[in-house]
Amino acid sequence: MKFLKAVNNNTIGGTPIGASAEDKWTGQRSIQANLRKTLRVVLSVLNVVGLLVLVLIFAMPFVWMISTSLKTMPETMIFPPEWIPKNLVWQNYADAWNTGPFLSYFVNSVVISVGILILQMLTIIPASYAFARYKFRGSNFLFGIVMVTLMIPAQLIFLPVYLELSAFKLLNTHLGLILPFASSAFGIFLLRQAFKQISDELLEAARLDQAAEWKIILKIMVPMVKPVLVTFALFSFIAHWNDYFWPLVMTTNETARTLPLGIAKIREVEGVATWNILMAGNLILVAPILLVFFLSQRQIIKAFVYNGVK
Amino acid sequence: MAKIELKHISKKFKDETIIEDLNLTIKDGSFTVLVGPSGCGKSTTLRMVAGLEKQSGGEIWIDDKCVNDTPPGLRDVAMVFQNYALYPTMTVRGNIEFGLKNRGVPREEREKLVKDISEIVGLTPHLDKKPQSLSGGQRQRVALARAMVKKPKVFILDEPLSNLDAKLRNQMRTELIQLHKRLGTTFVYVTHDQVEAMSMGDEIVVMNKGVIQQADSPMKIYHDPANLFTAEFIGTPAMNIMNRKDVQGLDIQSAAGIGYVGFRPEQAMINAGADIEGYVLEGEILIRESLGAENIYQIQSRTGIFYVKTFLAPLVTADRVTVTVPHDDLYYFGLSGERLRGIEVSTKRPVPAGGI
Repeated sequence: MKFLKAVNNNTIGGTPIGASAEDKWTGQRSIQANLRKTLRVVLSVLNVVGLLVLVLIFAMPFVWMISTSLKTMPETMIFPPEWIPKNLVWQNYADAWNTGPFLSYFVNSVVISVGILILQMLTIIPASYAFARYKFRGSNFLFGIVMVTLMIPAQLIFLPVYLELSAFKLLNTHLGLILPFASSAFGIFLLRQAFKQISDELLEAARLDQAAEWKIILKIMVPMVKPVLVTFALFSFIAHWNDYFWPLVMTTNETARTLPLGIAKIREVEGVATWNILMAGNLILVAPILLVFFLSQRQIIKAFVYNGVK
Repeated sequence: MAKIELKHISKKFKDETIIEDLNLTIKDGSFTVLVGPSGCGKSTTLRMVAGLEKQSGGEIWIDDKCVNDTPPGLRDVAMVFQNYALYPTMTVRGNIEFGLKNRGVPREEREKLVKDISEIVGLTPHLDKKPQSLSGGQRQRVALARAMVKKPKVFILDEPLSNLDAKLRNQMRTELIQLHKRLGTTFVYVTHDQVEAMSMGDEIVVMNKGVIQQADSPMKIYHDPANLFTAEFIGTPAMNIMNRKDVQGLDIQSAAGIGYVGFRPEQAMINAGADIEGYVLEGEILIRESLGAENIYQIQSRTGIFYVKTFLAPLVTADRVTVTVPHDDLYYFGLSGERLRGIEVSTKRPVPAGGI
């Protein structure tokens, strides 16, 4: 205490030594702190504004589609366009649904997309697990072949596939639309990477726990790559739900045709483009996808974030 | 409870030989610690016992049964991994009972076993949590519980404490020793930390470059090292080793080719006085480390740096000191590092100035 007092009383001519310099220093520091605070606020506002702009850009086509699907035909042509229709014409949905055998399209779409998904899961999980976890002769070569198939466009192989399906009498059947996509090179690639990231020790622990190989895959490995699996499932579902080219080429009548073909037909039927009906049809088309997306949103985000126990 | 025998084991990775002709018997109910520097083959040996690695040659026997072709799950061996290797998608309960489920243990029995084990390791409040939400120590306990619940013949632990902080490590060390006492099962433990080895093992196997240097009790390993490697590896600070050529003033009555002379830092005495008969070194203290109960001095002598450790003695403040090592506490090693025993020495008089 005595020492402290002595320091405090250390004055020359009544002015404490160094007091003014210290004040100046603290003053400068507080100005700097204020500046930094303002900068932070400005940046966070800019961030929010930027995100809002992005949301607008992405949401606008959707909002436009919903708005148009509820307008009358003349309203769709008004300039400047109106965002909210005066009367909501729900009849458009019924009209769209009734332009063709939409129930059958819808069922076909569900059967084909889900069928493809199930078959893909059955093939890509064991294949990618084998590529990721087993060392066997020719594994690199075989994986190379799988990768090469990624680079071949569908337009290049549809003719031989068509002839083949026709030979097996599979044209205009669900099976004919499902079988060509029974496996997915992209899925094998994606899942192989995910399986590779899992530590060997986990597998060894499971082996010491007397787990059979199928049990290791189903109980330990697959749950660990679930986010990746869900993401792939979503990609696959969307791709095949929206697929236009393949069902168009592989069907010659309505028995196995899918929703995108039905929607395209709305345009053909009327001669002039009835945008309101068309948009109602499109909404019917995308509604299931939106539903699936909302349900699996959390898993998708997880898939892109590192997930593991250290 | 089981005895483990490794007979003429060898292991090659492609063209590289990791282990050659390794013979080892791990006693029934012992706490055997395999210790050695990184890459000495200790983990590989352990993994071969567990069946996770296949030996290139030789036989492994667990309890009078050759397990060469027995898959890991059927060897009645449980393992605790360095990174715990807990199943992240399962709860603590799921992790513990996974092995039991695979063995087809009925549900009621399973529940009872899980309950008992989680009480022992103190996990009862966490049974329904996922491993991610547990601390390092708790995860370690889950890994232990998972191993214990199977009531294996052999526990294999691969550096299980190296991911824990120092305090928790000490605590878990004690818990593992107690656990071993309680279960009476054979424990095989791998570590690179000689302090861990000394404090836990009742049998220590020192390995280097795939070769067993010495397998003995901790005290034998410390007091009676079989070779230079063991002598230098066990003990902190390590044994001071001097080249025979640098050692002056020792009258060695032996024709055996002595290559090195060594002494433990704790057996040397600083400024002991002339009445103690021994080998005398002179030097300058470079660094003093005071740990409370013990002091460690780094001393520069004419031929090199050596360490001296004293217990419950006041810190030496003088710069230049005389260090005396009793003749009985000197260790002799041959040119290729093997231990030489029964060597008689006396100090040449007068002591040459300057020590070594």
